[in-house]
Amino acid sequence: MVKTLAQTGTSAMAAAMRQINPDVVAAYPITPQTAIVEEFSSMVANGVVKAELVQVESEHSAMSACIGAGAAGSRVMTATSSAGLALMWEVLYVASGCRIPVIMPMVNRALSAPLNIHCDHSDSMGARDAGWIQIFSENAQQAYDNLLQAVRIGEHEKVRLPVMIMMDGFITSHAIERFDILDDEAASKFVGEYKAVNPLLDVEHPVTHGPFDLFDYNFEHKRAQAEAMKPAKDVALKVAQEFASLSGRQYGLFASHQLKDAEIAVVVLSSTGGTARGVVDKLRERGVKAGLLIPRLFRPFPAEEIADALKHVKAVAVMDRSDSFGAQGGPLFIETRHALYGLGKNIPVTDYIFGIGGRDTGPDQIEKVFADLQDIAASGKAKQTVNYLGVRE
Amino acid sequence: MASLKEIVQQKPRLASGHRLCPGCGASIAVNQILHAINYPVVVTSATGCLEVSTTPFPYTSWEVPFIHSAFENAAATISGVVAAYNSLKRQGKISQDIKFLAFGGDGGTYDIGFQALSGAVERGHDFLYVCYDNGAYMNTGIQRSGATPIGAATTTAPPGKESYGKVQRRKDITSIMAAHQIPYTAQASVSYWKDLMRKVEKAMEIEGPKFINVLSPCPRGWRSIDGQSIALAKEAVLSCFWPLYEVEDGNKWKVNVKPREEQKVPVAEWFKKQGRFKHLFKPGNEPVLEQIQTEIDDQWQRLLAKEASSPTE
Repeated sequence: MVKTLAQTGTSAMAAAMRQINPDVVAAYPITPQTAIVEEFSSMVANGVVKAELVQVESEHSAMSACIGAGAAGSRVMTATSSAGLALMWEVLYVASGCRIPVIMPMVNRALSAPLNIHCDHSDSMGARDAGWIQIFSENAQQAYDNLLQAVRIGEHEKVRLPVMIMMDGFITSHAIERFDILDDEAASKFVGEYKAVNPLLDVEHPVTHGPFDLFDYNFEHKRAQAEAMKPAKDVALKVAQEFASLSGRQYGLFASHQLKDAEIAVVVLSSTGGTARGVVDKLRERGVKAGLLIPRLFRPFPAEEIADALKHVKAVAVMDRSDSFGAQGGPLFIETRHALYGLGKNIPVTDYIFGIGGRDTGPDQIEKVFADLQDIAASGKAKQTVNYLGVRE
Repeated sequence: MASLKEIVQQKPRLASGHRLCPGCGASIAVNQILHAINYPVVVTSATGCLEVSTTPFPYTSWEVPFIHSAFENAAATISGVVAAYNSLKRQGKISQDIKFLAFGGDGGTYDIGFQALSGAVERGHDFLYVCYDNGAYMNTGIQRSGATPIGAATTTAPPGKESYGKVQRRKDITSIMAAHQIPYTAQASVSYWKDLMRKVEKAMEIEGPKFINVLSPCPRGWRSIDGQSIALAKEAVLSCFWPLYEVEDGNKWKVNVKPREEQKVPVAEWFKKQGRFKHLFKPGNEPVLEQIQTEIDDQWQRLLAKEASSPTE
């Protein structure tokens, strides 16, 4: 039976963690993720979940303990934000390189300096080459749904990779929203039992994890890791299908809104996608053929599918909630324009860096982006590659 | 404890054929320790000589389940393994009694891995952490660590016109670990195999975090003769540079080897056999040697005082 709740994004994530019921959780508090760990700790204290909770002394140790626990043969989770993810950086690669499907809620927050606790995506974008599957969520419902699905994707025998599920710090994590929670039994059945591969605790069959790899084998191992990312797209779609039959909620590699006949389109991640939906509806009322694409999977990046969905538009604006200093735009822009390049249609694509350090991004700013897009579509050319939106210059 | 005859008949759990140097103390320590554990055991090691030399893919010397993750996180890694064990055992998915063992060199223990180690023992996980202390970052080419003795030459603290090598004292990590008030802390040496094995056997029967610091000679870094490693490890004990002792619950100190006056080796005698201290014997460095001897004597007296003031059973 489905129940409708009014809860914060962090509570939605904690609820998913309760239903996943991992064997081990190792975590360290950091704003704005803290509420997830606090709620989960209370579940442990009250015997609601079976997890062994390891209250580590840093995020580096959180991920390290997850690696140990995962290699030992247990289902493991942690959660983090911002500097916490940055501190994990080294061991994020160990988790993916050792093919340990750690599942991690990631509440997006800016990186220092200057110190800031509010939302942008610089933290998870910094980990985009770490070999993790990265899934972004627009709201609390998606964060909850994605977290349940993450377990199935990451643990799939063809994938066996760690997964991070993003939601926007404070905007999604701390706002109260309505969301539908699955029945505990249905959620538990959907998630299923974890089957460990070569667990350390199988002492009768000793295996060495994390060996030293020289130039004679390292390349092949990294090549195999690249190959493991590929089936993640198909697995994500299959898992989404199964999830839809359970929940009635449809998920793809990305969400689109009014995109089919759109002439101009915005590509944006997470909660800003929700704001942009409203803007698109308003513009449609005025007869503007605006459309929207909200990527769900960022790693692996569904390049072909996104290019196919945008192939008919006259101009595209990508909105990046993180900068990539010295690069040719933000990470989402670089991926999207690269995907569109393959079409050979020379669709003008422009980038808007926005919302850095939690800067509020309202419908007016997104309307401005669409207004710019109308000009670009008319002229066939973007005046500049990278624009900064909502900043005092 | 098993007799020497029985021990040598046991199948080693660290297979031969690893790439550690002749005279290296690490594999000797590991073998003595694994021979003393009569349980299934899961092992982790920090990045370092031991790890790279025993697991060059596609080979492994480990006849027991083994994991290496990174340099600074051996204690955090084993925390996770123990947590998984507790969880799966509680759920009835595992029934065996398994022991957990983490190895780190002095760099991975005193320095970069210290936070993870301190956190792991504070949390009280049931595992034994063994530091094989060879007094520098030997794996990367003899750089100074928090364990490098004052006066020793390393590649990052070389002697020169303005320096006599490392000018700072060693960190007393064993006492620092005892100060965590964990159930068992000890210092041992590969030269006293019975003492080391007894300590490991004892540690295996104590629930909670245990720490043993093992002196582990490194002929490359100590600039010593490989065939003399065990003798050097013994002289380190007899000079009181490396006292053998154990601490229960952070306050019951017991010194295991007390060299009689005639057995006692002046620290300069021990230094003479190691090229890393060669420069200390150049004219002008006499006060340095004297100062080192004074400090070692003081530390020894302080250790004896801790033992004397320990609560009795």
